[in-house]
Amino acid sequence: MIAEAGHYALVLALALALIQSTVPILGARLRDPALMNVARSTALAQLLFVLVSFASLVALHVASDFSVVNVFENSHSLKPLIYKITGVWGNHEGSMLLWVSILALFGGLVAAFGNNLPLSLRAYVLAVQAWIASAFYLFILITSNPFLRIASPPIEGRDLNPVLQDIGLAVHPPMLYLGYVGFSISFSFAVAALLEGRIDAAWARWVRPWTLVAWIFLTLGIAMGSYWAYYELGWGGWWFWDPVENASLMPWLSGTALLHSAVVMEKRNALRVWTILLAILTFSLSLLGTFLVRSGVLTSVHAFATDPTRGVFILLILCIFIGGSLSLYASRASALKQGGLFAPISREGALVLNNLFLTTACATVFIGTLYPLALEVVTGDKISVGAPFFNLTFAPLFIPLMIAVPFGPLLAWKRGDLVGAAQRLMTAGIAALLAIALLWAWTRGGAALAPLAIGLAVFVIAGALSDLAERTGFFRLPFAIAMRRARGLPRSTWGTAFAHAGVGVALIGIVCETTWNSEYIGSMKPDDVAVIAGYQLKLDGITQKQGPNFREQIAQFTVKHDGETLSVMTPSKRNFTTRQSSTTEAALLTRGFSQLYISLGDITADGAIAVRIYHKPLVLLIWFGPVLMAFGGMLSLSDRRLRVGAPKPAKAARGLQAAE
Amino acid sequence: MTRRQRRLTMIGGSLAVLALAAALVLNALRDSIVFFSTPSMAAEKQIPAGKRFRLGGLVENGSLKRGDNLAVSFKVSDGGATLPVTYKGILPDLFREGQGVVAEGALDSSGVFKADTVLAKHDETYMPKDVADALKKQGHWKDDYDRKPGVAGSPQASQGAAK
Repeated sequence: MIAEAGHYALVLALALALIQSTVPILGARLRDPALMNVARSTALAQLLFVLVSFASLVALHVASDFSVVNVFENSHSLKPLIYKITGVWGNHEGSMLLWVSILALFGGLVAAFGNNLPLSLRAYVLAVQAWIASAFYLFILITSNPFLRIASPPIEGRDLNPVLQDIGLAVHPPMLYLGYVGFSISFSFAVAALLEGRIDAAWARWVRPWTLVAWIFLTLGIAMGSYWAYYELGWGGWWFWDPVENASLMPWLSGTALLHSAVVMEKRNALRVWTILLAILTFSLSLLGTFLVRSGVLTSVHAFATDPTRGVFILLILCIFIGGSLSLYASRASALKQGGLFAPISREGALVLNNLFLTTACATVFIGTLYPLALEVVTGDKISVGAPFFNLTFAPLFIPLMIAVPFGPLLAWKRGDLVGAAQRLMTAGIAALLAIALLWAWTRGGAALAPLAIGLAVFVIAGALSDLAERTGFFRLPFAIAMRRARGLPRSTWGTAFAHAGVGVALIGIVCETTWNSEYIGSMKPDDVAVIAGYQLKLDGITQKQGPNFREQIAQFTVKHDGETLSVMTPSKRNFTTRQSSTTEAALLTRGFSQLYISLGDITADGAIAVRIYHKPLVLLIWFGPVLMAFGGMLSLSDRRLRVGAPKPAKAARGLQAAE
Repeated sequence: MTRRQRRLTMIGGSLAVLALAAALVLNALRDSIVFFSTPSMAAEKQIPAGKRFRLGGLVENGSLKRGDNLAVSFKVSDGGATLPVTYKGILPDLFREGQGVVAEGALDSSGVFKADTVLAKHDETYMPKDVADALKKQGHWKDDYDRKPGVAGSPQASQGAAK
């Protein structure tokens, strides 16, 4: 019954989306406010029905109703409740349902909080949003229906892939989708602007908070996914440059570019055409990511050919939306007037440089990800493009960008003073040189590049701080006045500083982890001691334990440092009976920002166990950096100007329309 | 600066960055890509010793031998040909005889594939055995790409002691 209700609700959501994608546009053409307002109610109703549908699938999973194929294939009655819920999106059909739910959520938010938008713009935006929604509802209903029943229901399910039975699944996919799908709003705004043929600085004001929200979630989602891979996969890597990861990195790169170019457009009314293009490209890359992950094309081009409906369907959606929006762009973009002149050395110029490097870096990731697929289709040769490719292309492009980052906020709009900015960055430069010199002295004969890279990171962090110090007059003025000025600074300035510092922090973590990571691999028997980076780890013994749906072998290690017992670490290996597969649960011991990491291998016949132990210096900074960036984004989002300033031009525009 | 000069500066700058990126990409594509081969393809192409490639196939039943200090050896076959593989380190959770495997490394002078990375993996639906057998008969094996648990989930890659 619940399954049928969920299915029916999804069909109704499709029907509503079809209405929403046509009637408001008609209304906007005819200038009929009633028809345009249809968009608002349908968007909210659509959200309601999708939520009903999603809730039904959750209910089915929680109740372990194995008469539904999706539940049977991905659930087990003994599975803990939390994994029954998260298992809903741990499979293709469920994750697509989550995708459209979030799409509807964003549409609903625009409908609910977009009262300050000009009526016609809101109608267009919601209509475009509904086009995307309709396409994906059709996709789910035709090729990936999660509510299909089995004629003769089995008693027990096949269980969820053990690797996914982790709290990471509860957080990572929803976050990532909030980011991916959030960019649909900027896409819809861009297409709406092209359809209306009208775009101004106020447009950028409306788009920026939405882009920022999506960007914050995507940043956190990627960081969370990386940390999850780090502790769950058991070999201590945190980024593999694999296509699935690249699929999320590409929209992040172009989304970051969009965030910056939208600032130029909002403040200086320049770069309009470019901003529109970026908005289109960012969501196109999100769609491409969905295609890469969901079509099975990554597993193999041949897998794509054996189950063609899904892949071809998403490819079709991809072609229609990307092709359609880009052709619209090509035909309409020239009509949008260029505004706002600026000298190459200026805040605008710096942001253009940022955009240039970010989009180029994005393009290299794009090539590295899609070239193997293209080559296999064309010549049949199978190649893999791995970390070396990206280290050789992505890294050199990021270095100039990082050098330029601190300069941006210090340059004035329209015409900047590079020498002045350089003088104000003197302290940061000295700090960086000092860091390089100290590290060089400390690691004599070690890696040569690492101190330089850390110096660069210090420059970025110190640059962000000196921007703040400059604005508050921290070292020039009395403390009380500086504090007052600090409180008076716009939150977006603080946000910028935090986000930029976050980039530097992440870079320090990345460099330290890759350069000074130490590793111990060997087989250990009880009472053996492994020594790594000054820590002594003694294997106390191995015990067996029965979990809810798995058996577990737990090894216990006592960790000592300088003879002092620090802690006990218990890595384990879990054996899941239903799926006949095992997972490695690594044990982590955090010391400051560094971590000790133990994961287990197989037990040999003579009772020894294979162990892999890592000491990872400052590894937590890798994820702390993105958290800082996201925090900066949130500060920026809470800026008064974004909340209060936006309605003003909207009301004026609406007044104009009423007069017409 | 006139408007025209400004525009030229912008365009020139963009072209310079794009040219730099293109050079980097071409250079990286020449040096850092790794081809994928099955044992029969490797025999056919006569891949020289020392050239890195990815070897894919099924781990032959009964071929896995564990030596001292985490050294392992096994045979990879694709129905047509078999290739002996040696590896030192911890094998991934999903490594099993009769299952698919992808190993990265190079042949040594005696024709043994010395792997420094072993990936054993399949997608969320788990490759059924009969499908694997069918593939085995055809001499084909699908080269799965590494995946992260976030999306489809399969533990992968185990790094050798070299790191």
